[in-house]
Amino acid sequence: MRKAKHPAIFWLFLAPVLLAFLVVIVIPFFLGAYYSFTNWSATARLGDSLKWIGLKNFAGILKDPSFTYSFILTVVYTVLNMIFINVVSFGLAMLVTRKLAGRNVYRAGFFIPNLIGGLILGYVWQFIFNNAVPSIGTMIGFASWADAGNLLLAKSTTATLALVLVGTWQYAGYIMVIYVAAIETIPQELIEAAQIDGASPFRRLRAITLPMTRQAFTITVFLTLVNSFKQFDVNVSLTGGGPSAMFMGQPIYGTQLLAMNIYNQGLKSNDMAGGQARAVVFFLVLVIVSVIQVSVNKKREIEL
Amino acid sequence: MKTRRTGRLLAPEILAIVLFILFLFPFFIVVVNSAKTPFEITQNPLTLPAQWGKILQNVVTIWTSVNVQYSTSFLSSVIITVASLVLLNVLSSQAAWVLVRTKTRLSMGIFVTFVAAMVIPFQIVMFPLLTWFREITTLTGVRLLRSFTGIILAYIGFGISQSIFLFHGFIKSIPLELEEAATIDGCRPAQTFYRIIFPILRPIHATVLVLNGIWIWNDYLLPLLILGKGNRVMTIPLAVSNFAGAYVKQWDLILTAILMAMIPIVIFFLFAQKFIIKGMVAGSIK
Repeated sequence: MRKAKHPAIFWLFLAPVLLAFLVVIVIPFFLGAYYSFTNWSATARLGDSLKWIGLKNFAGILKDPSFTYSFILTVVYTVLNMIFINVVSFGLAMLVTRKLAGRNVYRAGFFIPNLIGGLILGYVWQFIFNNAVPSIGTMIGFASWADAGNLLLAKSTTATLALVLVGTWQYAGYIMVIYVAAIETIPQELIEAAQIDGASPFRRLRAITLPMTRQAFTITVFLTLVNSFKQFDVNVSLTGGGPSAMFMGQPIYGTQLLAMNIYNQGLKSNDMAGGQARAVVFFLVLVIVSVIQVSVNKKREIEL
Repeated sequence: MKTRRTGRLLAPEILAIVLFILFLFPFFIVVVNSAKTPFEITQNPLTLPAQWGKILQNVVTIWTSVNVQYSTSFLSSVIITVASLVLLNVLSSQAAWVLVRTKTRLSMGIFVTFVAAMVIPFQIVMFPLLTWFREITTLTGVRLLRSFTGIILAYIGFGISQSIFLFHGFIKSIPLELEEAATIDGCRPAQTFYRIIFPILRPIHATVLVLNGIWIWNDYLLPLLILGKGNRVMTIPLAVSNFAGAYVKQWDLILTAILMAMIPIVIFFLFAQKFIIKGMVAGSIK
């Protein structure tokens, strides 16, 4: 009696996930790739008047200043966010791994914004920037903070910084717990030995803590990069893409990140094919980032 | 000399307290302004409310608001999150198990495909998904858009790759002898999995629950597309955005709606704090 290569249980246990994966990911993914080369819209559907138009949608992207702007903005936002989040959360991790009286309370406090969805957080911060900050200004003698033009969300540059600020506040606690886990694996004797040898706190950070948490850095940098690049919720509720700005001689949304640009192109401008082509570009960028991440990890593993 | 030392010891503690207050300041803003009238808010959003009793009035307004439909939205969010989590945990753990235990090219290939799919962002599938779900409904009669079935199916599809990946890594470390003993005792494969392996997976189940739970409960874009606005089935984030869109700048009520959306999560966190933080860390490191 020969044992079957793939017993019944193999297919039985895999069938539900394969079905869900096929229906939700695989088929829409290939449909989407195909649609990006067609005149797909709400009216031109499969079997009706759907026509292959080659690279026209992609050519359209190149001529669209709003996409170029969103792309640049998203890269800037992503890099700033990544730096801010990692610096802040590493600092917080250093702080809450000390022998502080209430360190578990602090950890929980820093972590909690991460549990509340970005959409809700964005509204809260919109209120803070537009109402609470002017009041703080009046209280401490900067009445001009309340002028409509001086509000953080009134200009696209400062509104982008506001997005970074909220992003940092939202993610720092999450990234912090990853650093905390890494810092706690450092053997206490190592630090004590360094202290006895008279190493300054800065020296200990450079010679012990940073090298010993390198693995965590690869993870956190990648996590923050990818999550920032995909940001949508906070964008919707904090700035809604506004205020408007001028770019390449055309009025555009001043804080519209890529995810929102794709959404608006497809559903607000009713250009599904154009939105889809933008999504393909978005996907390719993420693939490149992931490939870099994997190869960096591989290289590091060899080094170790 | 002595004061300098205590000063040095106290500095981190003070810094931590200051940062802690800064981090929680937005929550303070939400709470105090949920208990104010619009006039009080325009006067000063930083002060404590004149009468805390106003908060009840605002809560009742949100509770009965047709834009929020708090009780129904809350229930829908619970149904969607719980159903997706149960199915994700059961289906992906059993799938990961057969993928680990079957050492063939096909099995390896399926696993690698799942892992590779983790890089696929929602944005590239979201528009075709809408058309395709509509197509399925015309073909089979199963309603997927604006329904529980559709959104739960979508969450399973989007959550499956990472979940299988996490379970796969864990199951690899379970010694095979355990299962062989069960087989000799006459256990059928499905029994072996559910009686012997499934209980061992508890820590990784926790990770998968936490990671997917936070994502699904707070997600906005997928419900917005699949459920749409003004639908019978509405999640909490959809309800909040619905309300904020309809009552522009009525911050007393918007912030009350936000407060009511936050409370269940904060309560849950206070009870399951260790569990949640551990789960998040474990999930990110793998």
